[in-house]
Amino acid sequence: MPQKPNRVLLEFEKPLLELYKKIDDLKMQDMDMSEEIKMLEKRIETLQRDIFSNLTPIQIVQVARHIKRPTTLDLINLIFNDFVEMRGDRNFSDDPAMVGGLAMLPGCKKSNPLGETIFDQPVVLIGQQKGSNTKENIKRNFGMAHPEGYRKALRLMHLAERFNAPIISFIDTPGAFCGIGAEERGQAEAIAKNLRSMAGLSVPFISIVIGEGGSGGALGIGMGNRVLMLEFSIYSVISPEGCASILFRDAKKAPHAAEVSKITAIDLLEMNVIDEIIKEPVGGAHNNYKETALNIGSAIKKHLSDLARLSSRELIADRYRKYRNMGYFTEE
Amino acid sequence: MAKLALHQWFQKRKLEKEAGPASERLDIPGNLWIKCTKCQVAIFAKDLDANLKVCPKCGYHFKLSARERIEATIDPETFTEISPFLHSKDFLGFVDSAPYSQRILKSEEKTGLADAIVIGEGELHGIEVGIGVMDFSFMGGSMGSVVGEKVTRIAEICLDKKIPLIIFSSSGGARMQEGIMSLMQMAKTSAALSRLRSAAIPYLSIMTDPTTGGTTASFAMLGDLNIAEPGALIGFAGPRVIEQTIRQKLPPGFQRAEFLEKHGMVDIVSERGKMKEELKKVLHFFENAAKT
Repeated sequence: MPQKPNRVLLEFEKPLLELYKKIDDLKMQDMDMSEEIKMLEKRIETLQRDIFSNLTPIQIVQVARHIKRPTTLDLINLIFNDFVEMRGDRNFSDDPAMVGGLAMLPGCKKSNPLGETIFDQPVVLIGQQKGSNTKENIKRNFGMAHPEGYRKALRLMHLAERFNAPIISFIDTPGAFCGIGAEERGQAEAIAKNLRSMAGLSVPFISIVIGEGGSGGALGIGMGNRVLMLEFSIYSVISPEGCASILFRDAKKAPHAAEVSKITAIDLLEMNVIDEIIKEPVGGAHNNYKETALNIGSAIKKHLSDLARLSSRELIADRYRKYRNMGYFTEE
Repeated sequence: MAKLALHQWFQKRKLEKEAGPASERLDIPGNLWIKCTKCQVAIFAKDLDANLKVCPKCGYHFKLSARERIEATIDPETFTEISPFLHSKDFLGFVDSAPYSQRILKSEEKTGLADAIVIGEGELHGIEVGIGVMDFSFMGGSMGSVVGEKVTRIAEICLDKKIPLIIFSSSGGARMQEGIMSLMQMAKTSAALSRLRSAAIPYLSIMTDPTTGGTTASFAMLGDLNIAEPGALIGFAGPRVIEQTIRQKLPPGFQRAEFLEKHGMVDIVSERGKMKEELKKVLHFFENAAKT
């Protein structure tokens, strides 16, 4: 459902504006205009389908960063039950840019000789948290975590391991924060340690890029056995703007950088960096949170039931193989 | 240009001095002199080489090539290079100011190396080790698929042979011309090190000037001991990026080896001339700890 009062349309969505206006006008009328409205909504859907099936990489970047895009906590609340948020790294502080906790995933299936049983799966969740307005974004540091955020995430991963609970990570960050405090407290060490620790986790681990997968800050919670991406999310070693200003000496060349760096879900699936693309609703995830959550939820369940077949040892070996095979080179 | 207040001018001059120009070779007929980047003193090139490229006057550590580093670290005639023919591939067809494929060729010509790291086996004071040495002059020591693969291979060899691993880092971080694949090398190398850790194989990481970005945020920070050369720039983000992000000047000495030591990220800051002895002591401990 389009959110009426604070609709945020991106540049390339402008053709929709006219239709939305017409609907708003019809709604103001006293007569029953539901038939007309339905027709207009159909046209919007068709137009959206059209627009979103032909997005350029830089347009996908804009959707991935959309201010109304569902955040980690939005999705957690829609997919899971009984979420208990955990805070702090037990060392320095809590980091609002990184959230995590315990939850139950309803509707998981297990087959046994008598048929199928449906159960709630305990899971540990971690993810970067952006805000959906400026005030929240300042509180959340725009989803850019400090070392304490990565250390909180690690604490939760180890907890998951001890209680044999699968881990689901939600990736949505422009990158790990760079600042004086972040360097003093060892941003590089925090991320490096997470990478090494994730490699050795003995429980199923699924990572999902839901918006922006910004470099080491994203990878710092992203070494899943399976890595999934929402259709209009991005994952890159550097932002298109950063790449443009460093390599092309001109930040305005970001569209070109987005193109050549191959940062969209389709590109990454082709390179085997990710395992699956999760479909987004018509008009993007921000257009329908529930449908987005539903799609993510069923993808999680599918991959969890696959991974449930693996022993701890096999899970670690599976993860090693996955990352061991990454890279293109010649040897002659 | 905008006018600077006097204190700003001094600060600027100081910063420029700290950042320093690349060392200059002063070509005087008959002799080859090198001007120190830090103290500006002219040094006779042979003296500088004999002093492991450390300025005899002010102690400034010039960058070493991978070959020079190996020579300074590994016992003579014990080094065997591994996988010398691994080459990068321009799989994205990436073109910035020059095509990536050309950049690779140019760097190969310039350095005589196949990529930004040399790996091999050798002895350090008679102790068998696996060693990887990065070379900053090959595309800023950036980590692409080849660096990732070679770090992983030498780690796997050390695991297999149960010998310690030593890596000297010198890197600007991930190689952007390889896109996401350069990022994935962080995961790959860290995974390899996780196996060493589980098997209690010692891993010593030595960070030299500069070690930043994805290299620091993966294998460089994961040593059982982290060691650094004096004055080396070590960090997650480069100082320029941080300044742009927070819009304030950085304190003096920020992200230098001594700063990291103070903040608990580095065990030892060791002068180049004492590095081999330092490594020997550490290796000696691990060798005997494993036996008992």
